[in-house]
Amino acid sequence: MSTMLAIKELRSYYGQVQALHGLELSIREGAVTTLLGANGAGKTTTIRAVCNMVRSTGSIEFEGKSLMGRSTESIVQYGIAHVPQGRGTFTTMTVEENLQLGAITRKDTKAISSDIEKMYAYFPVLKQRHTQQAGTLSGGEQQMLAVARALMLRPRLMLLDEPSFGLAPLIVRDLFGILKKINLEDKVTILVVEQNAQLALELAETAFVIETGRIVMSGNAKEIANNEDIRKSYLGY
Amino acid sequence: MTTAHETAPAATASKKAAAAAAPSMNIARVASLITLALLLLVPLFLKNFYIFQMTQWLIYAIALLALNILTGGSGQFSLGQSAFYAVGAYTAAVMMEILGVNYALTLPVAGLICFVFGFLFGLPALRLSGVYLALATFALAVAMPQVLKLHFFESWTGGVQGLVIIKPDPPEFLKTIGLKVSQDMWLYYFTLVVGIGIYIASVNLLASRSGRAMMAIRDNQIAASAMGIDVPLYKTLAFGISAGITGVAGALGAIAVAFVAPDSYTIQLAIALFLGMVIGGVGWLPGSLAGAAFIVFVPNIAESISKGLSGAIFGIILIVIIFLVPHGARQVAYMAQHLIGKIGKSS
Repeated sequence: MSTMLAIKELRSYYGQVQALHGLELSIREGAVTTLLGANGAGKTTTIRAVCNMVRSTGSIEFEGKSLMGRSTESIVQYGIAHVPQGRGTFTTMTVEENLQLGAITRKDTKAISSDIEKMYAYFPVLKQRHTQQAGTLSGGEQQMLAVARALMLRPRLMLLDEPSFGLAPLIVRDLFGILKKINLEDKVTILVVEQNAQLALELAETAFVIETGRIVMSGNAKEIANNEDIRKSYLGY
Repeated sequence: MTTAHETAPAATASKKAAAAAAPSMNIARVASLITLALLLLVPLFLKNFYIFQMTQWLIYAIALLALNILTGGSGQFSLGQSAFYAVGAYTAAVMMEILGVNYALTLPVAGLICFVFGFLFGLPALRLSGVYLALATFALAVAMPQVLKLHFFESWTGGVQGLVIIKPDPPEFLKTIGLKVSQDMWLYYFTLVVGIGIYIASVNLLASRSGRAMMAIRDNQIAASAMGIDVPLYKTLAFGISAGITGVAGALGAIAVAFVAPDSYTIQLAIALFLGMVIGGVGWLPGSLAGAAFIVFVPNIAESISKGLSGAIFGIILIVIIFLVPHGARQVAYMAQHLIGKIGKSS
């Protein structure tokens, strides 16, 4: 399998503060990759840098094309969907309107409505609530909505920013099960950023560990999960 | 992902939703038809002065609609609407009195000029949000009357004196078919037609792809850009559209009052519009009529209660309304709808 996303020498800044210090990361097409690390290590910044939401230098290539200096909306057009931290629900709109917004860059109206039905099949709870204001959904339901909305883009690569945040363990298991299914059946390549290392390592094939803006460890997810030294020193479980 | 053609369940689902929403839809439809009928018929039985006040009311409603699109639609605040209103008013005045253009033609020009002005102002405003944006627009509102007084523009604007406009007469064909229509009545119906046109266009705008993009930005800017929405474009577009509609309202205002002067368009007007939006219910377009009624008629009511303390009485009325129905006319409409629904069920 070929490399889909290649990040090299990535340095990102919030004003004067540097958050990433020469980060290197690559994602194979068709795989699930996870980026693990503690609070403030630079996980969210990495995702935001890919979508050009933060000032960065270095190189980010998606299928050989450079993403540096492109606007966020044109990066989305390449088929890169971003599920933002905290779900990013459009709270005053209905569930269905949220899903339609996920497809706002698409013009194939018929396929959009059939994709909405497909999302309802993945997440039956969203169908039950499709006319309800999205802000009234529970945390887990909003996270499912965020994933479904990102899929409405028909992405080739999906970037998930801490999907497990604030969710009950059982709901997280469900969600990760669906992510695996999306990865296998819809051939969506996935990068999932997580603090919940245990679960992310079960889902992913490849893992990267980030600390203070640098990758300190990378490799096969199972090997990293089985290596007690790494687990204790970096992942804290 | 693969495309399975499963549109049938979608269709039935939306039908069900429509059936469930039908009673409330009917109430809303009946209410809007009654409102429309009243707007059409009431002026026929009124004296010219009251017709003039109703025209003022409609004009403010249009200006409020514009603010609702900006704040309710895209989540941006503005205390500078009076500046756009002033530009629209002066555009109409200068075109009619100095260039001799027909009054009806001044509206699209005023709209266009204000759209460009609003769009350009929206560009620097992109870096600001919330209360900071409100402050920047406040500065615009404060500066506008002074700019209009500048000696440099005096040959066009009439400086401090302003410009007197000749009120347009009703078209000749009304006389030939035997209808006697006063200037005020003609202007009322002219404003009503323009207002209905703008209302329909605004409803369609908010329901369109662009409208959804604006509302997504209002709800969550980061998520909106992650969906591929061009956030700067839609934010400035919202500013431009809002300013454009406000400009049309300003032009209508100038024609109706038959006079423009810098001090008619001070920050007080901008604050009145902001107030009207809150009273009508932020983001609820029909509320514009209620909000405009408040800013046109309540000061008169306050004055009829006490000449010396009219300001204080206005304040008390305002506080009572905000306290009882913080979401304004929108809340009253929902409560009424709920009540009628209940009565309908029990009978």
